[in-house]
Amino acid sequence: MSVDSATVRKIASLARIAVSDAEAEALAPELSKILGLVEQLSEVDTTGIAPLAAVVPNHLRLRDDVVTDGDIRDKILKNAPQAEHGFFAVPKVIE
Amino acid sequence: MSNYRIQGATGEWEVVIGLEVHAQITSNAKLFSGASTRFGNEPNANVSLVDAAMPGMLPVLNRECVRQAVRTGMAIDAQINKWSRFDRKNYFYADLPQGYQISQLYHPIVGEGSLLIDADEKAGIPEPKTIGVERIHIEQDAGKLMHDQHPTRSYVDLNRCGVALMEIVSRPDMSSPAEAGAYIRKLRSILRYVGSCDGNMEEGSMRADVNVSVRRAGEELGTRTETKNVNSVRFVMQAIEYEAGRQVDVLEAGGKIVQETRLFDPDKAVTRSMRSKEDAHDYRYFPDPDLLPLELEDSFLVDCRASLPELPDAKRARYRDALGISAYAADVITADVETARWFETLLAAGAEAKAGANWLTSELFGALNRLGRTISDCPVSPVQAAQLLALVADGTLSGSLAKQVFEIMLESGEDPAKIVDERGMKQTSDTGAIEAVIAGILAANADKVEQYKGGKEALFGFFVGQTMKAMAGKANPKVVNDLLKKALEA
Repeated sequence: MSVDSATVRKIASLARIAVSDAEAEALAPELSKILGLVEQLSEVDTTGIAPLAAVVPNHLRLRDDVVTDGDIRDKILKNAPQAEHGFFAVPKVIE
Repeated sequence: MSNYRIQGATGEWEVVIGLEVHAQITSNAKLFSGASTRFGNEPNANVSLVDAAMPGMLPVLNRECVRQAVRTGMAIDAQINKWSRFDRKNYFYADLPQGYQISQLYHPIVGEGSLLIDADEKAGIPEPKTIGVERIHIEQDAGKLMHDQHPTRSYVDLNRCGVALMEIVSRPDMSSPAEAGAYIRKLRSILRYVGSCDGNMEEGSMRADVNVSVRRAGEELGTRTETKNVNSVRFVMQAIEYEAGRQVDVLEAGGKIVQETRLFDPDKAVTRSMRSKEDAHDYRYFPDPDLLPLELEDSFLVDCRASLPELPDAKRARYRDALGISAYAADVITADVETARWFETLLAAGAEAKAGANWLTSELFGALNRLGRTISDCPVSPVQAAQLLALVADGTLSGSLAKQVFEIMLESGEDPAKIVDERGMKQTSDTGAIEAVIAGILAANADKVEQYKGGKEALFGFFVGQTMKAMAGKANPKVVNDLLKKALEA
Protein backbone atom coordinates (compact mmCIF):
# COMPACT_ATOMS: atom_id res chain seq x y z
CA MET A 1 0.00 0.00 0.00
CA SER A 2 1.37 3.38 -0.90
CA VAL A 3 0.44 6.74 0.58
CA ASP A 4 0.65 9.88 -1.50
CA SER A 5 1.24 13.37 -0.17
CA ALA A 6 -2.43 14.31 -0.64
CA THR A 7 -3.41 11.48 1.72
CA VAL A 8 -0.79 12.64 4.20
CA ARG A 9 -2.25 16.15 4.13
CA LYS A 10 -5.75 14.80 4.65
CA ILE A 11 -4.74 12.63 7.60
CA ALA A 12 -2.82 15.55 9.09
CA SER A 13 -5.80 17.84 8.77
CA LEU A 14 -8.14 15.25 10.37
CA ALA A 15 -5.66 14.96 13.25
CA ARG A 16 -5.28 18.77 13.42
CA ILE A 17 -1.52 18.52 12.88
CA ALA A 18 0.12 21.27 10.84
CA VAL A 19 2.18 19.68 8.06
CA SER A 20 3.88 21.73 5.36
CA ASP A 21 3.84 20.55 1.74
CA ALA A 22 7.54 19.74 1.97
CA GLU A 23 6.94 17.64 5.10
CA ALA A 24 4.02 15.88 3.42
CA GLU A 25 6.28 14.97 0.50
CA ALA A 26 8.84 13.53 2.92
CA LEU A 27 6.26 11.73 5.07
CA ALA A 28 4.49 9.98 2.20
CA PRO A 29 7.25 7.41 1.48
CA GLU A 30 7.91 6.95 5.23
CA LEU A 31 4.27 6.13 5.95
CA SER A 32 4.15 3.86 2.90
CA LYS A 33 7.08 1.89 4.28
CA ILE A 34 5.51 1.55 7.71
CA LEU A 35 2.25 0.35 6.21
CA GLY A 36 4.15 -2.06 3.98
CA LEU A 37 5.84 -3.53 7.04
CA VAL A 38 2.55 -3.98 8.89
CA GLU A 39 0.87 -5.36 5.79
CA GLN A 40 3.04 -8.48 6.02
CA LEU A 41 0.65 -9.58 8.77
CA SER A 42 -2.09 -10.10 6.21
CA GLU A 43 -0.05 -12.97 4.73
CA VAL A 44 -1.05 -15.06 7.75
CA ASP A 45 -4.26 -17.03 7.20
CA THR A 46 -6.54 -16.10 10.12
CA THR A 47 -9.67 -17.83 8.85
CA GLY A 48 -11.75 -19.06 11.78
CA ILE A 49 -9.57 -17.42 14.42
CA ALA A 50 -11.29 -15.00 16.79
CA PRO A 51 -9.65 -11.58 17.16
CA LEU A 52 -7.47 -11.33 20.26
CA ALA A 53 -8.24 -8.43 22.58
CA ALA A 54 -5.43 -8.99 25.07
CA VAL A 55 -2.39 -11.26 25.13
CA VAL A 56 -3.00 -12.36 28.73
CA PRO A 57 -6.40 -13.71 29.79
CA ASN A 58 -8.09 -10.71 31.32
CA HIS A 59 -11.55 -9.28 31.80
CA LEU A 60 -12.87 -5.77 31.62
CA ARG A 61 -13.11 -4.38 35.15
CA LEU A 62 -16.19 -2.41 36.08
CA ARG A 63 -16.62 0.35 38.64
CA ASP A 64 -19.48 0.79 41.12
CA ASP A 65 -21.85 3.65 40.48
CA VAL A 66 -20.47 5.90 43.20
CA VAL A 67 -19.28 9.50 42.96
CA THR A 68 -15.60 9.40 43.92
CA ASP A 69 -14.18 12.23 41.86
CA GLY A 70 -14.81 15.77 40.62
CA ASP A 71 -15.13 19.06 42.52
CA ILE A 72 -11.64 20.00 41.40
CA ARG A 73 -12.53 22.84 39.09
CA ASP A 74 -9.46 24.94 39.83
CA LYS A 75 -7.14 22.02 39.14
CA ILE A 76 -8.99 21.24 35.91
CA LEU A 77 -8.87 24.82 34.68
CA LYS A 78 -5.22 25.33 35.67
CA ASN A 79 -4.09 23.68 32.43
CA ALA A 80 -6.39 25.74 30.23
CA PRO A 81 -4.67 28.39 28.09
CA GLN A 82 -7.60 30.60 29.03
CA ALA A 83 -10.34 30.23 31.63
CA GLU A 84 -13.03 32.73 32.66
CA HIS A 85 -15.81 32.56 35.28
CA GLY A 86 -15.19 28.87 35.84
CA PHE A 87 -15.36 27.97 32.14
CA PHE A 88 -12.72 27.05 29.61
CA ALA A 89 -12.60 29.97 27.16
CA VAL A 90 -11.83 29.00 23.57
CA PRO A 91 -11.86 30.88 20.26
CA LYS A 92 -15.50 31.25 19.23
CA VAL A 93 -16.66 28.06 17.49
CA ILE A 94 -20.10 28.36 16.00
CA GLU A 95 -21.56 27.14 12.73
CA MET B 1 -50.40 1.67 7.44
CA SER B 2 -50.53 5.40 7.92
CA ASN B 3 -52.39 7.32 5.24
CA TYR B 4 -50.19 10.38 5.77
CA ARG B 5 -49.12 11.76 2.39
CA ILE B 6 -47.50 14.93 1.15
CA GLN B 7 -49.58 16.41 -1.66
CA GLY B 8 -47.08 17.65 -4.18
CA ALA B 9 -47.77 19.48 -7.45
CA THR B 10 -47.15 16.23 -9.34
CA GLY B 11 -48.92 13.82 -7.01
CA GLU B 12 -48.65 12.11 -3.65
CA TRP B 13 -45.48 11.33 -1.70
CA GLU B 14 -44.90 8.97 1.21
CA VAL B 15 -42.64 9.92 4.09
CA VAL B 16 -40.16 7.49 5.64
CA ILE B 17 -38.86 8.26 9.13
CA GLY B 18 -36.24 6.71 11.38
CA LEU B 19 -35.21 8.08 14.77
CA GLU B 20 -31.98 7.89 16.73
CA VAL B 21 -32.85 8.76 20.31
CA HIS B 22 -30.08 9.70 22.72
CA ALA B 23 -31.24 8.95 26.24
CA GLN B 24 -29.16 9.87 29.26
CA ILE B 25 -28.71 6.80 31.45
CA THR B 26 -29.76 7.42 35.05
CA SER B 27 -26.63 6.98 37.16
CA ASN B 28 -24.81 8.74 39.98
CA ALA B 29 -21.41 8.75 38.30
CA LYS B 30 -20.28 9.13 34.70
CA LEU B 31 -19.80 6.28 32.22
CA PHE B 32 -16.02 5.99 32.62
CA SER B 33 -15.18 8.18 35.62
CA GLY B 34 -16.22 8.77 39.23
CA ALA B 35 -17.44 12.34 38.61
CA SER B 36 -21.05 13.22 39.43
CA THR B 37 -23.81 13.43 36.80
CA ARG B 38 -25.95 15.83 38.84
CA PHE B 39 -27.76 18.40 36.69
CA GLY B 40 -27.39 22.07 37.63
CA ASN B 41 -24.06 21.94 39.48
CA GLU B 42 -21.56 24.79 39.07
CA PRO B 43 -19.83 24.72 35.66
CA ASN B 44 -16.92 22.27 35.51
CA ALA B 45 -17.60 21.00 39.06
CA ASN B 46 -18.57 17.53 37.75
CA VAL B 47 -15.25 16.98 36.01
CA SER B 48 -12.48 14.54 36.84
CA LEU B 49 -9.07 14.32 35.24
CA VAL B 50 -10.46 11.47 33.11
CA ASP B 51 -13.26 13.66 31.74
CA ALA B 52 -10.80 16.48 31.05
CA ALA B 53 -8.70 13.91 29.12
CA MET B 54 -5.49 14.57 31.01
CA PRO B 55 -2.63 12.46 29.67
CA GLY B 56 -2.40 8.98 31.17
CA MET B 57 -5.97 8.86 32.49
CA LEU B 58 -7.77 5.59 31.80
CA PRO B 59 -11.50 4.91 31.50
CA VAL B 60 -13.16 2.40 33.90
CA LEU B 61 -16.67 1.37 32.88
CA ASN B 62 -19.59 2.02 35.27
CA ARG B 63 -21.48 -1.26 35.93
CA GLU B 64 -24.80 0.49 36.56
CA CYS B 65 -24.77 2.05 33.08
CA VAL B 66 -24.29 -1.39 31.56
CA ARG B 67 -27.10 -2.80 33.70
CA GLN B 68 -29.52 -0.04 32.67
CA ALA B 69 -28.77 -0.47 28.97
CA VAL B 70 -29.35 -4.23 29.25
CA ARG B 71 -32.63 -3.76 31.17
CA THR B 72 -33.78 -1.26 28.53
CA GLY B 73 -32.99 -3.80 25.81
CA MET B 74 -34.94 -6.46 27.66
CA ALA B 75 -37.93 -4.09 28.01
CA ILE B 76 -38.19 -3.85 24.21
CA ASP B 77 -37.67 -7.61 23.73
CA ALA B 78 -34.32 -7.04 22.13
CA GLN B 79 -31.43 -9.38 21.64
CA ILE B 80 -28.80 -8.80 24.35
CA ASN B 81 -25.24 -9.23 23.13
CA LYS B 82 -23.15 -10.97 25.78
CA TRP B 83 -20.05 -9.75 23.98
CA SER B 84 -19.78 -6.11 22.98
CA ARG B 85 -16.96 -3.67 22.48
CA PHE B 86 -16.12 0.02 22.62
CA ASP B 87 -14.81 2.00 19.66
CA ARG B 88 -13.35 5.46 19.33
CA LYS B 89 -15.17 7.94 17.11
CA ASN B 90 -12.59 10.57 16.33
CA TYR B 91 -13.41 14.26 15.91
CA PHE B 92 -12.14 17.57 17.19
CA TYR B 93 -14.47 19.97 18.88
CA ALA B 94 -14.13 22.03 22.03
CA ASP B 95 -16.90 20.10 23.82
CA LEU B 96 -14.86 16.88 23.82
CA PRO B 97 -11.29 17.23 25.13
CA GLN B 98 -10.42 13.58 24.40
CA GLY B 99 -10.60 14.21 20.67
CA TYR B 100 -12.79 11.10 20.37
CA GLN B 101 -16.07 9.84 21.72
CA ILE B 102 -16.08 6.34 23.19
CA SER B 103 -19.03 4.59 21.53
CA GLN B 104 -20.01 1.16 20.19
CA LEU B 105 -20.16 1.13 16.40
CA TYR B 106 -19.31 -2.43 15.43
CA HIS B 107 -20.52 -4.49 18.42
CA PRO B 108 -23.37 -2.78 20.29
CA ILE B 109 -24.58 -4.17 23.60
CA VAL B 110 -28.22 -4.50 22.44
CA GLY B 111 -29.38 -5.79 19.05
CA GLU B 112 -32.73 -6.08 17.29
CA GLY B 113 -35.91 -5.33 19.29
CA SER B 114 -39.21 -3.51 18.84
CA LEU B 115 -41.88 -1.50 20.53
CA LEU B 116 -45.59 -1.04 19.90
CA ILE B 117 -47.09 2.38 19.35
CA ASP B 118 -50.73 2.76 20.34
CA ALA B 119 -53.61 3.40 17.98
CA ASP B 120 -54.72 7.02 17.89
CA GLU B 121 -57.58 7.43 15.45
CA LYS B 122 -57.54 11.23 15.64
CA ALA B 123 -53.82 11.37 14.85
CA GLY B 124 -54.22 9.08 11.84
CA ILE B 125 -52.92 5.92 13.52
CA PRO B 126 -55.88 3.55 12.99
CA GLU B 127 -54.33 0.59 14.77
CA PRO B 128 -51.34 -0.25 16.99
CA LYS B 129 -48.10 -0.49 14.99
CA THR B 130 -44.83 -2.25 15.71
CA ILE B 131 -41.74 -0.10 15.23
CA GLY B 132 -38.46 -1.97 14.89
CA VAL B 133 -35.45 -0.99 16.98
CA GLU B 134 -32.23 -1.86 15.20
CA ARG B 135 -29.85 -1.51 18.14
CA ILE B 136 -29.00 0.24 21.39
CA HIS B 137 -25.41 1.17 22.15
CA ILE B 138 -23.70 2.91 25.04
CA GLU B 139 -21.62 6.05 24.50
CA GLN B 140 -20.31 9.21 26.15
CA ASP B 141 -22.06 12.54 26.03
CA ALA B 142 -20.09 15.69 25.16
CA GLY B 143 -19.76 18.94 27.14
CA LYS B 144 -21.73 22.13 26.61
CA LEU B 145 -20.61 25.19 24.69
CA MET B 146 -21.93 28.69 25.29
CA HIS B 147 -21.46 31.14 22.47
CA ASP B 148 -23.31 34.18 23.78
CA GLN B 149 -21.30 35.06 26.89
CA HIS B 150 -18.33 36.77 25.26
CA PRO B 151 -17.80 38.59 21.93
CA THR B 152 -14.89 36.48 20.67
CA ARG B 153 -14.79 33.42 22.94
CA SER B 154 -16.95 30.35 23.47
CA TYR B 155 -17.23 29.10 27.05
CA VAL B 156 -16.92 25.37 27.72
CA ASP B 157 -18.62 23.50 30.58
CA LEU B 158 -17.54 19.85 30.77
CA ASN B 159 -20.09 18.78 33.41
CA ARG B 160 -22.00 16.69 30.88
CA CYS B 161 -18.85 15.43 29.18
CA GLY B 162 -18.58 11.69 29.79
CA VAL B 163 -22.12 11.20 31.09
CA ALA B 164 -23.54 7.88 29.84
CA LEU B 165 -25.98 7.86 26.93
CA MET B 166 -27.93 5.09 25.27
CA GLU B 167 -28.37 5.64 21.56
CA ILE B 168 -31.58 3.88 20.59
CA VAL B 169 -31.76 3.48 16.81
CA SER B 170 -35.13 2.72 15.24
CA ARG B 171 -35.80 1.09 11.89
CA PRO B 172 -37.19 3.47 9.25
CA ASP B 173 -40.65 2.14 10.15
CA MET B 174 -42.54 5.37 10.76
CA SER B 175 -44.51 7.10 8.03
CA SER B 176 -46.03 10.20 9.61
CA PRO B 177 -45.09 12.89 12.14
CA ALA B 178 -47.81 11.48 14.45
CA GLU B 179 -46.23 8.01 14.39
CA ALA B 180 -42.83 9.51 15.22
CA GLY B 181 -44.40 11.45 18.09
CA ALA B 182 -46.15 8.31 19.38
CA TYR B 183 -42.87 6.36 19.15
CA ILE B 184 -40.96 8.89 21.25
CA ARG B 185 -43.75 9.09 23.82
CA LYS B 186 -43.91 5.29 24.10
CA LEU B 187 -40.14 4.99 24.32
CA ARG B 188 -40.04 7.68 27.01
CA SER B 189 -42.78 5.87 28.95
CA ILE B 190 -40.85 2.58 28.83
CA LEU B 191 -37.55 4.22 29.83
CA ARG B 192 -39.25 5.84 32.83
CA TYR B 193 -40.87 2.55 33.89
CA VAL B 194 -37.54 0.77 33.60
CA GLY B 195 -35.83 3.64 35.41
CA SER B 196 -32.97 3.76 32.94
CA CYS B 197 -33.61 7.40 31.88
CA ASP B 198 -35.69 10.12 33.50
CA GLY B 199 -37.00 11.20 30.08
CA ASN B 200 -36.66 14.87 30.98
CA MET B 201 -36.48 16.51 27.56
CA GLU B 202 -36.15 20.08 28.92
CA GLU B 203 -32.95 19.15 30.73
CA GLY B 204 -31.68 17.37 27.64
CA SER B 205 -32.03 13.81 29.01
CA MET B 206 -33.64 12.77 25.70
CA ARG B 207 -32.79 14.14 22.27
CA ALA B 208 -33.56 12.77 18.84
CA ASP B 209 -31.77 12.75 15.51
CA VAL B 210 -34.50 12.62 12.89
CA ASN B 211 -33.91 10.80 9.58
CA VAL B 212 -36.40 11.70 6.88
CA SER B 213 -36.79 10.76 3.23
CA VAL B 214 -39.69 10.86 0.78
CA ARG B 215 -40.73 8.59 -2.09
CA ARG B 216 -43.58 7.86 -4.47
CA ALA B 217 -45.91 5.19 -3.10
CA GLY B 218 -44.31 1.77 -3.37
CA GLU B 219 -41.00 3.00 -4.78
CA GLU B 220 -37.47 2.51 -3.45
CA LEU B 221 -36.30 4.54 -0.43
CA GLY B 222 -35.24 8.09 -1.28
CA THR B 223 -32.07 9.82 -0.09
CA ARG B 224 -32.41 10.84 3.56
CA THR B 225 -31.35 13.82 5.60
CA GLU B 226 -30.59 13.78 9.31
CA THR B 227 -31.81 16.61 11.53
CA LYS B 228 -29.73 16.62 14.71
CA ASN B 229 -30.52 17.08 18.38
CA VAL B 230 -34.25 17.82 18.35
CA ASN B 231 -35.38 18.05 21.96
CA SER B 232 -39.16 17.77 22.18
CA VAL B 233 -41.90 15.59 20.73
CA ARG B 234 -43.53 18.63 19.15
CA PHE B 235 -40.26 19.76 17.54
CA VAL B 236 -39.62 16.26 16.15
CA MET B 237 -43.04 16.34 14.50
CA GLN B 238 -42.50 19.86 13.15
CA ALA B 239 -39.03 18.98 11.84
CA ILE B 240 -40.45 15.99 9.92
CA GLU B 241 -43.31 18.00 8.48
CA TYR B 242 -41.01 20.77 7.28
CA GLU B 243 -38.26 18.48 6.04
CA ALA B 244 -40.61 16.19 4.10
CA GLY B 245 -42.25 19.21 2.46
CA ARG B 246 -38.88 20.70 1.57
CA GLN B 247 -37.70 17.44 -0.01
CA VAL B 248 -40.87 17.13 -2.11
CA ASP B 249 -40.38 20.71 -3.35
CA VAL B 250 -36.76 20.00 -4.28
CA LEU B 251 -37.62 16.77 -6.12
CA GLU B 252 -40.62 18.19 -7.96
CA ALA B 253 -38.47 21.12 -9.14
CA GLY B 254 -36.16 18.51 -10.71
CA GLY B 255 -33.52 18.74 -7.98
CA LYS B 256 -31.78 16.05 -5.95
CA ILE B 257 -31.74 15.47 -2.20
CA VAL B 258 -28.25 15.72 -0.72
CA GLN B 259 -27.53 13.32 2.12
CA GLU B 260 -26.58 15.81 4.82
CA THR B 261 -26.88 16.86 8.44
CA ARG B 262 -29.39 19.57 9.24
CA LEU B 263 -30.37 21.66 12.25
CA PHE B 264 -33.89 22.39 13.47
CA ASP B 265 -34.76 26.01 14.26
CA PRO B 266 -37.59 25.84 16.80
CA ASP B 267 -38.47 29.55 16.47
CA LYS B 268 -39.26 29.27 12.76
CA ALA B 269 -40.07 25.50 12.72
CA VAL B 270 -37.69 24.97 9.79
CA THR B 271 -34.58 22.83 9.25
CA ARG B 272 -31.33 24.24 7.90
CA SER B 273 -28.27 22.66 6.35
CA MET B 274 -25.27 22.60 8.71
CA ARG B 275 -22.90 23.05 5.74
CA SER B 276 -20.27 21.03 7.56
CA LYS B 277 -16.88 20.52 6.05
CA GLU B 278 -16.83 17.44 3.86
CA ASP B 279 -14.30 15.78 6.17
CA ALA B 280 -16.59 16.09 9.18
CA HIS B 281 -17.91 12.55 8.83
CA ASP B 282 -14.55 10.87 8.50
CA TYR B 283 -14.60 9.58 12.07
CA ARG B 284 -11.88 6.93 11.64
CA TYR B 285 -13.54 4.53 14.09
CA PHE B 286 -11.32 1.90 15.68
CA PRO B 287 -11.56 -0.34 18.76
CA ASP B 288 -10.60 1.58 21.92
CA PRO B 289 -7.30 0.08 23.08
CA ASP B 290 -7.94 1.28 26.65
CA LEU B 291 -10.95 -1.01 27.08
CA LEU B 292 -11.27 -4.77 26.87
CA PRO B 293 -14.43 -6.22 25.32
CA LEU B 294 -17.46 -6.16 27.61
CA GLU B 295 -18.55 -9.72 28.44
CA LEU B 296 -21.79 -10.28 30.34
CA GLU B 297 -22.26 -13.21 32.73
CA ASP B 298 -25.49 -15.20 32.71
CA SER B 299 -26.10 -14.33 36.37
CA PHE B 300 -25.88 -10.63 35.51
CA LEU B 301 -28.51 -11.07 32.78
CA VAL B 302 -30.77 -13.06 35.12
CA ASP B 303 -30.58 -10.26 37.71
CA CYS B 304 -31.33 -7.63 35.06
CA ARG B 305 -34.43 -9.50 33.91
CA ALA B 306 -35.65 -10.16 37.43
CA SER B 307 -35.42 -6.46 38.26
CA LEU B 308 -37.71 -5.36 35.41
CA PRO B 309 -41.02 -3.89 36.58
CA GLU B 310 -44.42 -4.53 35.01
CA LEU B 311 -44.27 -2.48 31.78
CA PRO B 312 -46.94 -0.05 30.54
CA ASP B 313 -48.65 -2.35 27.98
CA ALA B 314 -48.96 -5.22 30.46
CA LYS B 315 -50.14 -2.91 33.21
CA ARG B 316 -52.77 -1.33 31.01
CA ALA B 317 -54.13 -4.73 29.97
CA ARG B 318 -54.26 -5.85 33.60
CA TYR B 319 -56.08 -2.68 34.69
CA ARG B 320 -58.70 -3.22 32.01
CA ASP B 321 -59.11 -6.98 32.25
CA ALA B 322 -58.49 -7.80 35.90
CA LEU B 323 -59.50 -4.55 37.61
CA GLY B 324 -62.35 -3.62 35.24
CA ILE B 325 -61.10 -0.06 34.75
CA SER B 326 -62.30 1.78 31.63
CA ALA B 327 -59.98 1.70 28.62
CA TYR B 328 -59.65 5.48 28.77
CA ALA B 329 -58.69 5.59 32.46
CA ALA B 330 -56.30 2.64 32.03
CA ASP B 331 -54.56 4.51 29.18
CA VAL B 332 -54.24 7.70 31.16
CA ILE B 333 -53.07 6.09 34.40
CA THR B 334 -50.49 3.75 32.86
CA ALA B 335 -48.99 6.30 30.42
CA ASP B 336 -46.54 7.54 33.03
CA VAL B 337 -44.92 5.46 35.74
CA GLU B 338 -45.42 8.13 38.44
CA THR B 339 -49.18 8.15 37.92
CA ALA B 340 -49.31 4.35 37.90
CA ARG B 341 -47.33 4.22 41.15
CA TRP B 342 -49.61 6.78 42.80
CA PHE B 343 -52.67 4.82 41.70
CA GLU B 344 -51.30 1.54 43.02
CA THR B 345 -50.55 3.12 46.40
CA LEU B 346 -54.14 4.38 46.39
CA LEU B 347 -55.41 0.82 45.82
CA ALA B 348 -53.06 -0.60 48.44
CA ALA B 349 -54.54 1.91 50.91
CA GLY B 350 -57.98 0.37 50.34
CA ALA B 351 -59.57 2.34 47.49
CA GLU B 352 -61.85 0.43 45.12
CA ALA B 353 -60.27 0.21 41.66
CA LYS B 354 -63.01 1.66 39.45
CA ALA B 355 -64.01 4.44 41.84
CA GLY B 356 -60.34 5.23 42.41
CA ALA B 357 -59.55 5.34 38.68
CA ASN B 358 -62.50 7.63 37.94
CA TRP B 359 -61.65 9.93 40.80
CA LEU B 360 -57.99 10.10 39.83
CA THR B 361 -58.59 10.86 36.14
CA SER B 362 -61.28 13.48 36.80
CA GLU B 363 -60.96 15.11 40.24
CA LEU B 364 -57.24 14.70 40.90
CA PHE B 365 -56.04 15.48 37.37
CA GLY B 366 -58.44 18.43 37.21
CA ALA B 367 -57.02 19.82 40.44
CA LEU B 368 -53.39 19.27 39.39
CA ASN B 369 -54.04 21.02 36.07
CA ARG B 370 -55.61 23.95 37.87
CA LEU B 371 -52.70 24.19 40.33
CA GLY B 372 -50.08 23.73 37.61
CA ARG B 373 -48.65 20.75 39.47
CA THR B 374 -47.77 17.19 38.54
CA ILE B 375 -48.53 13.96 40.32
CA SER B 376 -45.03 13.89 41.82
CA ASP B 377 -45.63 17.11 43.77
CA CYS B 378 -49.29 16.47 44.51
CA PRO B 379 -50.27 18.08 47.85
CA VAL B 380 -52.56 15.13 48.72
CA SER B 381 -51.05 11.71 49.38
CA PRO B 382 -52.58 8.53 47.91
CA VAL B 383 -53.33 7.33 51.45
CA GLN B 384 -55.30 10.51 52.20
CA ALA B 385 -57.13 10.12 48.89
CA ALA B 386 -58.08 6.54 49.83
CA GLN B 387 -59.48 7.87 53.14
CA LEU B 388 -61.56 10.42 51.22
CA LEU B 389 -62.94 7.74 48.89
CA ALA B 390 -63.76 5.55 51.89
CA LEU B 391 -65.83 8.38 53.39
CA VAL B 392 -67.82 8.56 50.13
CA ALA B 393 -68.21 4.80 49.98
CA ASP B 394 -69.66 4.54 53.51
CA GLY B 395 -72.09 7.43 52.95
CA THR B 396 -70.40 9.91 55.30
CA LEU B 397 -69.81 12.27 52.38
CA SER B 398 -71.96 12.98 49.33
CA GLY B 399 -70.25 13.57 46.00
CA SER B 400 -70.47 17.33 46.34
CA LEU B 401 -69.30 17.31 49.96
CA ALA B 402 -66.37 15.13 48.91
CA LYS B 403 -65.39 17.78 46.35
CA GLN B 404 -65.42 20.45 49.06
CA VAL B 405 -63.39 18.31 51.45
CA PHE B 406 -60.89 17.59 48.65
CA GLU B 407 -60.44 21.32 48.00
CA ILE B 408 -59.61 21.83 51.69
CA MET B 409 -57.21 18.88 51.59
CA LEU B 410 -55.40 20.43 48.60
CA GLU B 411 -54.97 23.69 50.50
CA SER B 412 -54.22 22.43 53.99
CA GLY B 413 -52.79 18.96 53.42
CA GLU B 414 -54.97 17.72 56.30
CA ASP B 415 -56.56 14.28 56.53
CA PRO B 416 -60.18 14.14 55.31
CA ALA B 417 -61.58 12.67 58.58
CA LYS B 418 -60.15 15.60 60.52
CA ILE B 419 -61.64 18.12 58.08
CA VAL B 420 -65.06 16.44 58.24
CA ASP B 421 -64.99 16.36 62.04
CA GLU B 422 -63.74 19.87 62.64
CA ARG B 423 -65.94 21.57 60.09
CA GLY B 424 -69.01 19.39 60.59
CA MET B 425 -69.12 18.46 56.91
CA LYS B 426 -70.82 15.13 57.44
CA GLN B 427 -73.68 14.28 55.20
CA THR B 428 -76.91 13.99 57.17
CA SER B 429 -79.64 11.42 56.64
CA ASP B 430 -81.55 12.74 59.65
CA THR B 431 -85.10 12.67 58.20
CA GLY B 432 -86.53 14.93 60.92
CA ALA B 433 -84.09 17.75 60.14
CA ILE B 434 -84.52 17.39 56.40
CA GLU B 435 -88.33 17.29 56.65
CA ALA B 436 -88.31 20.49 58.69
CA VAL B 437 -86.25 22.29 56.04
CA ILE B 438 -88.46 20.96 53.21
CA ALA B 439 -91.57 22.17 54.99
CA GLY B 440 -90.08 25.66 55.26
CA ILE B 441 -89.12 25.77 51.57
CA LEU B 442 -92.49 24.56 50.33
CA ALA B 443 -94.22 27.14 52.51
CA ALA B 444 -92.00 29.95 51.20
CA ASN B 445 -92.61 28.92 47.56
CA ALA B 446 -96.32 28.18 47.58
CA ASP B 447 -96.72 29.52 44.01
CA LYS B 448 -94.13 27.08 42.64
CA VAL B 449 -95.73 24.22 44.55
CA GLU B 450 -99.00 25.07 42.75
CA GLN B 451 -97.23 25.07 39.36
CA TYR B 452 -95.57 21.75 40.15
CA LYS B 453 -98.85 20.20 41.10
CA GLY B 454 -100.29 21.66 37.90
CA GLY B 455 -97.83 19.52 35.89
CA LYS B 456 -94.60 21.56 35.75
CA GLU B 457 -92.52 18.69 37.01
CA ALA B 458 -89.20 20.30 36.07
CA LEU B 459 -89.59 22.37 39.21
CA PHE B 460 -88.63 19.29 41.26
CA GLY B 461 -84.99 20.13 40.65
CA PHE B 462 -85.56 23.62 42.00
CA PHE B 463 -86.90 22.22 45.28
CA VAL B 464 -83.97 19.81 45.57
CA GLY B 465 -81.54 22.67 44.98
CA GLN B 466 -83.20 24.89 47.58
CA THR B 467 -83.18 22.11 50.16
CA MET B 468 -79.52 21.26 49.57
CA LYS B 469 -78.63 24.96 49.73
CA ALA B 470 -80.48 25.45 52.98
CA MET B 471 -78.62 22.47 54.42
CA ALA B 472 -75.23 23.70 53.16
CA GLY B 473 -74.89 20.68 50.88
CA LYS B 474 -74.81 18.27 53.77
CA ALA B 475 -78.11 16.48 53.21
CA ASN B 476 -78.01 13.00 51.75
CA PRO B 477 -79.35 13.62 48.20
CA LYS B 478 -81.25 10.35 48.07
CA VAL B 479 -83.06 11.05 51.33
CA VAL B 480 -83.89 14.58 50.12
CA ASN B 481 -85.39 13.20 46.91
CA ASP B 482 -87.52 10.68 48.75
CA LEU B 483 -88.78 13.13 51.36
CA LEU B 484 -89.49 15.87 48.79
CA LYS B 485 -91.57 13.50 46.66
CA LYS B 486 -93.55 12.49 49.69
CA ALA B 487 -94.09 16.12 50.78
CA LEU B 488 -95.16 17.28 47.32
CA GLU B 489 -97.56 14.43 46.83
CA ALA B 490 -99.16 15.06 50.19
